[in-house]
Amino acid sequence: MTEKSPQDNKHPEKPAQQPSTPESSAPKPTPPPAPAKPEEQVEKPPQPPELTLKVCAAISECKPYSAASDCPTVEVIPENLVKVLTALRDNQDFAFSMLMDHTAVDRIEDGKFELVYRLYSLTTLSMLLVSTKIPRDKPIIPTVSHLWDIAEWQEREVYDLFGVLYDNHPDLRRVFLEDDWVGFPLRKDYKDDFMLTLDIDSLRE
Amino acid sequence: MAVKISTLEERISVPAEGDNPLNTQEYFINMGPQHPATHGVLRLMLKLDGETVREVIPVLGYIHRGIEKIGEHQTYRQFVHLTDRCDYLSAMMNNWAVSLMVEKAMQTQLNDRIEYIRTIMAELERIQSHMLWWGVLGMDLGAFTPFLYGFRDREMITDIFEETIGCRLTMNYIQPGGLMDDIHPNFVKRVKDVIAYAKPKIDEYEELLSGNVIIQERLRNVGTITAEQATSLGVTGPVLRASGVALDLRRVAPYGAYGQVDFEVAVGSVGDCWDRYWVRVEEIRQSFRIIEQLIDNIPAGKTMLSKPAKKIILPEGSHYAQLETARGILGIYAVSDGKSENPVRIHMRSPNYHNVWSVDAMTRNARIGDLVANISSLDIVVPDIDR
Repeated sequence: MTEKSPQDNKHPEKPAQQPSTPESSAPKPTPPPAPAKPEEQVEKPPQPPELTLKVCAAISECKPYSAASDCPTVEVIPENLVKVLTALRDNQDFAFSMLMDHTAVDRIEDGKFELVYRLYSLTTLSMLLVSTKIPRDKPIIPTVSHLWDIAEWQEREVYDLFGVLYDNHPDLRRVFLEDDWVGFPLRKDYKDDFMLTLDIDSLRE
Repeated sequence: MAVKISTLEERISVPAEGDNPLNTQEYFINMGPQHPATHGVLRLMLKLDGETVREVIPVLGYIHRGIEKIGEHQTYRQFVHLTDRCDYLSAMMNNWAVSLMVEKAMQTQLNDRIEYIRTIMAELERIQSHMLWWGVLGMDLGAFTPFLYGFRDREMITDIFEETIGCRLTMNYIQPGGLMDDIHPNFVKRVKDVIAYAKPKIDEYEELLSGNVIIQERLRNVGTITAEQATSLGVTGPVLRASGVALDLRRVAPYGAYGQVDFEVAVGSVGDCWDRYWVRVEEIRQSFRIIEQLIDNIPAGKTMLSKPAKKIILPEGSHYAQLETARGILGIYAVSDGKSENPVRIHMRSPNYHNVWSVDAMTRNARIGDLVANISSLDIVVPDIDR
């Protein structure tokens, strides 16, 4: 536990006096009210959000996310992941002291798993998504459970459902399914004997 | 690189005893999944040294239904109906989270009537959830009366839900783009009746339980987690606020009508069971306060923006929305390909899944008796953990 403590020197001693203006919270960059026309939604602002640029300027390993996202998002390569997340946690300008969420997306068409880490800062009340892609056939990524306690169990959930292997994880085992379960259900190509497949097109005819 | 995969059996194997006959041996015992104090089907493996708990290992998955996998084959409107099977005591807030995600992605602006009714409903739900928790906490600690009181008063709120929605537990009332139906003509009057009836009851609760010396002894300085631990453990909701971190999304990132009402965020200081108790009881009061400010001013307007669109196709990319349920922050993460009405991936950031692991940090080196108080003060709903 001792190595986990230095992150919290910025912790609010008087939490009730946190900045409470909704403007300061980046998680919800409410878009300007636009009439719900599909043509207009397709247009994306070319400039990434301010926080993304700030993070990319401070940490050279990050680059802005290439795909569309409604939250400030940076992309890193798997080798730099731990370094970047450590920097984001310990950098006093960002102070992402909470790992709000960690999950994976099966990008089967690219042959990759996309791992997303959703960081939350209690001092700036901003949210940042860190995305990294690992190959589906060799899904190994270093653990970040030494940075945030909760990562240990978030990673176990991703292992259980996607089969992503976390290197140096203290206790990597299935969390929902039984230990002898074969396969990883949230993969797009998962099949088992109990699955029902419904051919909708044949029903329509 | 070889990654070691372990199993539960390996995890709970105890090394062979040494030669010294005076060595005490640590051993594992099983608690649950059918234990009355574990609130459903939560199973805990306890590593014990005599009466002292050395480690708590939650064993999950007894009601894992694969809701995220099912969601990949459903539209967003259908997925709303699954969410209130997760945290059934915050059912409408779960519906709201999905609706919020869809509306944010579609850049939909709602009218004030929808926002007001949603906020009132969510606060009523929060009150009934906390009332149930209050009764169950008393029951867990050996007092039977609170259980009856909590359920009796909660019943009046579920009756209001039944009148407007037709359901008492799994409502599906809040839908993307508005509400399932308008409120019942009696709604405003009955909510006012409930406030008049139940507000004094909170003082009665406090008289009955809070000042009781046994409750104080069982809760004070039991299961303390500091703000640093709580942040690192990713707990949210009353558990985090009891440790002194004032993170309440209703305040820091207002949604619905929360930006227009005046309320205080209850924050503890020590982070023990008593603080978690106090924060929730105070939240009931604040929820009444929010409802009182809104109930007389529900504006006129439509309760559904338009005819429900047949197809909701979110723009390509990832979308996320989060809100504060009775137990903490629920986030809905959806990835859309921009072509299909089914998401490529839908993920729930469940507050209970994140909260449950802190039971180990709370209970280490405490007695078995405190474990029950700790679980109870976490206010866990197991279907939301397992999803």
